[in-house]
Amino acid sequence: MAVTAGGAPGRTVATYDPPGSENWLTTRLDALINWGRAGSLWPMPFGTACCAIEFMATAATRFDLARFGMERLGYTPRQADVLICAGRVPLKLAPVLRRIWEQMPQPKWCISMGACASSGGMFDNYAVVQGIDTIIPVDVYVPGCPPRPEGLLYGILMLQEKVRRERLRDTETRDEMQVDPDTGLYIPAPAIDELAEPFGNSVHQTRSGL
Amino acid sequence: MSVAQLPGSAAPDYAPVTPRQLPYMNGTPNPSAAALRERFPDAVTRVDVIWGETSVYVDGPRLLEVVRWLHDDRTQRYDYLADITAVEFRDPERPIEAIWHLRSLPFRRFLRLKVELDKRAPLSVESVWPVYKSADWMERECYDMFGITFRGHPDLRRILLWEQYKEGFPLRKDFPLRGRFSRSEQLKQALAAAPESRYSLEELDIAQAFEDLPDDMRRRLAAGEKTGE
Repeated sequence: MAVTAGGAPGRTVATYDPPGSENWLTTRLDALINWGRAGSLWPMPFGTACCAIEFMATAATRFDLARFGMERLGYTPRQADVLICAGRVPLKLAPVLRRIWEQMPQPKWCISMGACASSGGMFDNYAVVQGIDTIIPVDVYVPGCPPRPEGLLYGILMLQEKVRRERLRDTETRDEMQVDPDTGLYIPAPAIDELAEPFGNSVHQTRSGL
Repeated sequence: MSVAQLPGSAAPDYAPVTPRQLPYMNGTPNPSAAALRERFPDAVTRVDVIWGETSVYVDGPRLLEVVRWLHDDRTQRYDYLADITAVEFRDPERPIEAIWHLRSLPFRRFLRLKVELDKRAPLSVESVWPVYKSADWMERECYDMFGITFRGHPDLRRILLWEQYKEGFPLRKDFPLRGRFSRSEQLKQALAAAPESRYSLEELDIAQAFEDLPDDMRRRLAAGEKTGE
């Protein structure tokens, strides 16, 4: 379809000729939906330690999480999109965190905020989970002890970028990770042990069997 | 300071001192230590004064008797149990010390009781729950961390770790810093513990506690009013 300007015969002003209408429509729908999703993420704060204080600062007036469409903090997992795990997670809390993640509806994302949530941090002992990615899948890791609000905001912007790049056709992104029914883990046990392997000379005080 | 004259009166007749002014050892003992020696000559084995704080070593089987006297006697009135804990030393021959921190609010006194527990025998000591009801959770924590059994405790089970925890007692010296099991095994056991199963039915059953409730609350509950909604 060619649009011709009135008055001047034969002079083309704009041309609109889509090569395939199906592609055109699908791409635009993706962009629209992802724009909506990225701009109105509802976080579910799971704060257990000092990182939660920085999260509160992020949500408060000075840094103002609402600028990024997150003004509604969902304190129920059933009405939330992003789980922000802020702080160390003891082993006793591991089943609780997993239950909360399972209660969140799709689509859902997870931000692991701070060194402790991401790797156990300095708490390399019998009581603390060595990284929440052994319990639930994580999209963005925010380093820091605790991270400044700018750091968390940068992580949120990275998550929004990730959301914008999702494609509706790619259904695998929404597939839930299935846990092994025998162990309750979704990462193989040797991989978890390797992930949690200590650095430095502290290997001497590790474990005795099993 | 004469103790008989002022049960319940607050002002001490001495100027407060900071620990820096006190000698490390052999300071002035708490007057309760002498009173204990007089009252229980064969139960008190040793008295230490470190940085002005008095520790009294008590014979294990007579602990409850000593604590009850400290709580009830009008010249002592230790009405506040601040803490119960224990210490295991690096020297494997040294016994584990179970520790009670007592405070007398009327007389402004602090007293530390210690009981030595031989490691070769099962660790067991009398519970002070009949005297101080606040000992309930403290003794559970001490049992959770050190494995000391408190005889006569109404509900001795783990409090910080989950009840199915199998690795042992974490504050003991033979416990590895990262636990006995591998990380994956720890995670597997933790995830297998259902969060709800940690609460016993007794804790959730309000019917058992019904008789202990105040009158007005009992009336309202009997009339069908719901709580906590």
